[in-house]
Amino acid sequence: MQKKKLVEMYRMMLLIRRFEERAAQMYGMQKITGFCHLYIGQEAVGVGAIAALRPDDYFISAYRDHGHILAKGTDPKPVMAELFGKATGISKGKGGSMHLFDVEKGYMGGHGIVAGQIPLATGMGFAIKYKKEDKVVVCSFGEGAVHQGSFHESLNLAKLWKLPVIYLIENNRYGMGTPLERASAIWDLSQKAESYDMARATVDGMDVLKVYDVVAEAADRARKNGEPTLIEARTYRFRGHSMSDPVHSHYRTKEEVEEQKKKDPLIIIKDKLLKDKVLTPATVKELEAEIKKIVLESADFAENSPVPPLEAVYEDVYAP
Amino acid sequence: MPVLTFREALNQAMAEEMERDPNVYLMGEEVGYYNGAYKVSQGLMERFGPERVIDTPIAELGFAGVGVGSAMVGLRPIIEMMTFNFSILALDQIFNNAAKLRYMSGGQFQIPIVFRGPGGAAHGLGAQHSQCLDPWFCNVPGLKVVAPSVPADGKGLLKSAIRDNNPVIFIESEVAYGFKGEVPEGEFLVPLGVGEVKREGKDVTIVAWSKMIHVALDAANALAEEGIQAEVIDPRTLRPLDEQILITSVEKTNRCVIVEEGWPYAGVGAEIAHRINMHAFDHLDAPVLRISSKDVPMPYALNLEKDVMPNAQKVVAAVKKVLYI
Ligand SMILES: Cc1ncc(C[n+]2csc(CCOP(=O)(O)OP(=O)(O)O)c2C)c(N)n1
Repeated sequence: MQKKKLVEMYRMMLLIRRFEERAAQMYGMQKITGFCHLYIGQEAVGVGAIAALRPDDYFISAYRDHGHILAKGTDPKPVMAELFGKATGISKGKGGSMHLFDVEKGYMGGHGIVAGQIPLATGMGFAIKYKKEDKVVVCSFGEGAVHQGSFHESLNLAKLWKLPVIYLIENNRYGMGTPLERASAIWDLSQKAESYDMARATVDGMDVLKVYDVVAEAADRARKNGEPTLIEARTYRFRGHSMSDPVHSHYRTKEEVEEQKKKDPLIIIKDKLLKDKVLTPATVKELEAEIKKIVLESADFAENSPVPPLEAVYEDVYAP
Repeated sequence: MPVLTFREALNQAMAEEMERDPNVYLMGEEVGYYNGAYKVSQGLMERFGPERVIDTPIAELGFAGVGVGSAMVGLRPIIEMMTFNFSILALDQIFNNAAKLRYMSGGQFQIPIVFRGPGGAAHGLGAQHSQCLDPWFCNVPGLKVVAPSVPADGKGLLKSAIRDNNPVIFIESEVAYGFKGEVPEGEFLVPLGVGEVKREGKDVTIVAWSKMIHVALDAANALAEEGIQAEVIDPRTLRPLDEQILITSVEKTNRCVIVEEGWPYAGVGAEIAHRINMHAFDHLDAPVLRISSKDVPMPYALNLEKDVMPNAQKVVAAVKKVLYI
């Protein structure tokens, strides 16, 4: 892989991490309200997957979406402004943390109903085939979503109709307070693809390069043969389910979280790039400084932006 | 009388009914080990065991149907919807099965099941998580719909709902779980289909339920300062509806304002206004007015959310309108 691309992936993971750390602070100051789900710990999954796509491919996900929209290339300023509920937000302040959208960048949301986006991704795949476009869709969702009917209905349709969709399970082990083993009859989640004779893969979701590789391969299969793939990326969330859930509640121990933090995806890639001399301690420092500035500017932008005008309430209910 | 929070009152109702009848069980997402997303089922798994307090995967359609199926053969499930927004995924089982099996089978089944959880908006949760679906359920024959406003009603109505031999939709409120009130101990039942006067008055009737009662009472207090005595009526059960309590009040006050959290189009308030028109038309001195949320999906920004929701000022303005002042 090109050096530039490797650095860009690390830089994006760093941006997401620092952006969310700032968002968490802002939540504490009540600048951000409602449900706010941090991606911290899972950055390698979204960044690796999106790096394997072309800019005009689609990506769609759930409410844990800050990292995805940033990785798809959206300016952090309107993203932070959306979390603040400001008129300059990417969804004009009407979506919030869970409902980020940037159609121009191919980021199709930000969905609050668990598994609700999975049929939508399938529909985008259908449209790509219908219009004979050279595109693919990646659909991200948590391991908690695979128990919904819409997941299974979608997989069957995608395989039956040969749709270019990559279903990406971000298995962070817990759906809220429920560990996988109390929610799923099987552990090896990509096995579910076999019921539909679909290609499948399991990948270490803490290693951005490994994620990149499996998604690149799946994208290739989708483009060439219209073959869907189910990928399980094994990852971990370092924070609580949302800002209102503590980091280690009774459903997981402090030791477990600390143990997992040793596999911090940012450290894994940074160490590798330092070892391979792609980065030097000096360039790491520079990147840190650059990212810090970008994040601070996004928070300032959000802070100084106006709230939406009351007329906005009635706007965008219907298309003209 | 002990003072309890709303969530404690609901918890007590479930615990007492589970104690009373071994066929009553609780099922839903995070109800057991996590003690409920909003802690309504706190301690129940510890007390009754994981056989009777059952955590499910995220599969609303599936576990709603499991509830209905188990009720077909004699169990009495309480199915918690983490919030009623997610019950939308389960509507097929609720509408097509729970509500119709008795009728379609010529009375061979009874389906004693309660679907409960919070409905309506909280703060800044956005369009998919801030929906008041009261009218959806009210539209379906075969269902009963309950929406309590204070902890004591919560307890008394939930106990009745669990003992009822029909599917009952029991809609709580996320923001009201912390509200406190006196709650009678032990056997305390509030019958379904019976409303209550929450405040007496002679000048205007304000009808509200669930957390909108508190908006109505705030408005009534503000109006009292201007010498206007509003009567606040809480139907408590939305289906079947206590028509008589509404008619009796309107016969006295001759004016009526309805406050509901849901959307205006085809809302429960439209049905109530219709019933008042049908049965108390000759007593009305002004058209019945409705205050509801605005006719839009809920926006995230707090200033917009506030603008969309009913509040006491809007109710006061409507009351003045029906009083022609
Ligand atoms: C249909 C539906 N049911 C319940 C919820 C409440 N809820 C929000 S997130 C969540 C857990 C989801 O876990 P998972 O899919 O593994 O994703 P993660 O949060 O771990 O990223 C639940 C139960 C919801 N949003 N939608």
